Amino acid sequence: MSHAVEKAGLYDCRDAWVKTLCDLAAQDPRICAVVNDSVGSSKLGAFQKAYPERLINVGIAEQVMVGVGAGLANGGQVPFVSAASCFLTGRALEQVKADVSYAGFNVKLVGQSSGVAYAELGPTHHSIEDFAWLRPLKNITLIVPADPWEVEQAIRWAAAHEGPVYIRLSRMPVPALEIPGRVFTPGRATLARQGSDVTLIACGTVVHLAMTAAEELASEGLSARVLNMHTINPLDEAALHEASKTGAIVTVEEAHLRGGLGGAVAEFTASHKPVPVERLGFDGFQPTGDLAHLFARSGLTVAGIKAAARRAVARK
Amino acid sequence: MQNDPIPLIRARALWMRRTAFTMVHRAQLGHPGGDFSATDILATLYFGVMRHDPARPAWEDRDRFIMSKGHATGAIYTALCAAGYFPEDWLPSYMQNGSPLNGHPNRNYVPGVETNTGPLGHGFPVALGIAIAGQITGRDYRTYVLTGDGEQQEGSNWEAAMVAGHRRLANLTLIIDRNRLQQGAGTEETSGLDPLDKKYEAFGFEVQMVDGHDVSALLGALTAKGDRPRCIIANTVKGKGVSFMENVAKWHHGVPNDAEFAQAMAELV
Repeated sequence: MSHAVEKAGLYDCRDAWVKTLCDLAAQDPRICAVVNDSVGSSKLGAFQKAYPERLINVGIAEQVMVGVGAGLANGGQVPFVSAASCFLTGRALEQVKADVSYAGFNVKLVGQSSGVAYAELGPTHHSIEDFAWLRPLKNITLIVPADPWEVEQAIRWAAAHEGPVYIRLSRMPVPALEIPGRVFTPGRATLARQGSDVTLIACGTVVHLAMTAAEELASEGLSARVLNMHTINPLDEAALHEASKTGAIVTVEEAHLRGGLGGAVAEFTASHKPVPVERLGFDGFQPTGDLAHLFARSGLTVAGIKAAARRAVARK
Repeated sequence: MQNDPIPLIRARALWMRRTAFTMVHRAQLGHPGGDFSATDILATLYFGVMRHDPARPAWEDRDRFIMSKGHATGAIYTALCAAGYFPEDWLPSYMQNGSPLNGHPNRNYVPGVETNTGPLGHGFPVALGIAIAGQITGRDYRTYVLTGDGEQQEGSNWEAAMVAGHRRLANLTLIIDRNRLQQGAGTEETSGLDPLDKKYEAFGFEVQMVDGHDVSALLGALTAKGDRPRCIIANTVKGKGVSFMENVAKWHHGVPNDAEFAQAMAELV
């Protein structure tokens, strides 16, 4: 990859995903993985080697992949259905809706290489619509881990939780977040930084950018709170009530501007305490470009987040 | 089996047809044509083939039946009710406000329903997953899935067929309700399916064609075992059992008026 953030001290979250899944599988024979020829891109080689009978590769066939996940759950297994999120949520959306959500099966959907991780491969391979597609499926807990620690927590929680889950992973290297004493509770945002002038609400790969932006804003005299909203559904409404009290909100996500984290926050604030909300994300199909280019042109940078924070504060 | 199950299956099938048509007549909603083409298949499964216990719908070792043609709720609800999964006094609520008996089956509302169906092409992949779970766990239950024939036009069935053949899932039986009619026209004039037997043979299935209203033939086909997934093409008649409904496409989701209902009840004896 050619993007600017790839450097020492960064982690590919897929490593935490497969290590955690192998650990869980060692203790629980019900854990299995279902893939669409995506053993490599899901980094499931180690799992396949250790548990070949529990790695179900259906080939390039996303509809049957998700249906098989529901069937495995019917048969008492705990399936993790892992595939590039663009195909998992796009190609198989009706199976996700009917077989997983509506039927209410205990299926864990793991969207790999989400957002614009496939950068130059273009919008067919980008998965920026997934939040908007899945948010109305209310019984699917929708988790967007921001770093390897959160990935491990999310996978462990999902395995223990009875019910459908969507975990959105990325192959984009990210730093380990420095949030002392944090605990992972689905549906409860993590307060990454205290602040009073504006609240930056971020998820996934861009949380660290929001934290850096808040740090710089502090030295420039603006006090920005940072929420790591690792769960998009259910949304942490208590944290949003508190965020509203800062009088201005910025949402930051590697996803479409319509219907994602920003949309969810705007729905909440419009219904409770309207405050200015600036939303950062992608406004539709993206042109050819590497990750750094795509992030920069949509303001998903430290400078872009700071500018959005100032716009939000100016609208108070 | 010590006792001949055929008279019981036939009696249940007759009750199912009369009851389903009563439900459809009352609700003025439903899909009676497809209910009737599938009735003898379901009656044979529930009352002559499957290992199941209505008192324990979540029993881990139960045989599973997936009603992929989920619109034929008149058939699946009457089969489950006759088997004892829920009381008869639920039936008049069919498709009424707040009823557990939705127009398509929901496993969270109705005991015995294995998965929610309705959109076509969903049941076979789920049944495949159930069969794979049996393979992983070593449980010896069998999984049966019934699709419509028009439903075979959905590509997801062929994804599932490839995987089932590849894995040689001998614990899986696909039944196709081959009534040759889909919603508005014949299957062969819409997007032809024949030769369906050759197609499934090519996908690695052991294929058997039967008269889908011949209970004895169905019993033989549904209890047979082999070393590969099985595909039973059940040649059926849409609207079977009521003279004016048989082989008439409009009875896919046609509903009877009072005179038609009375005539059907007179014929279903």
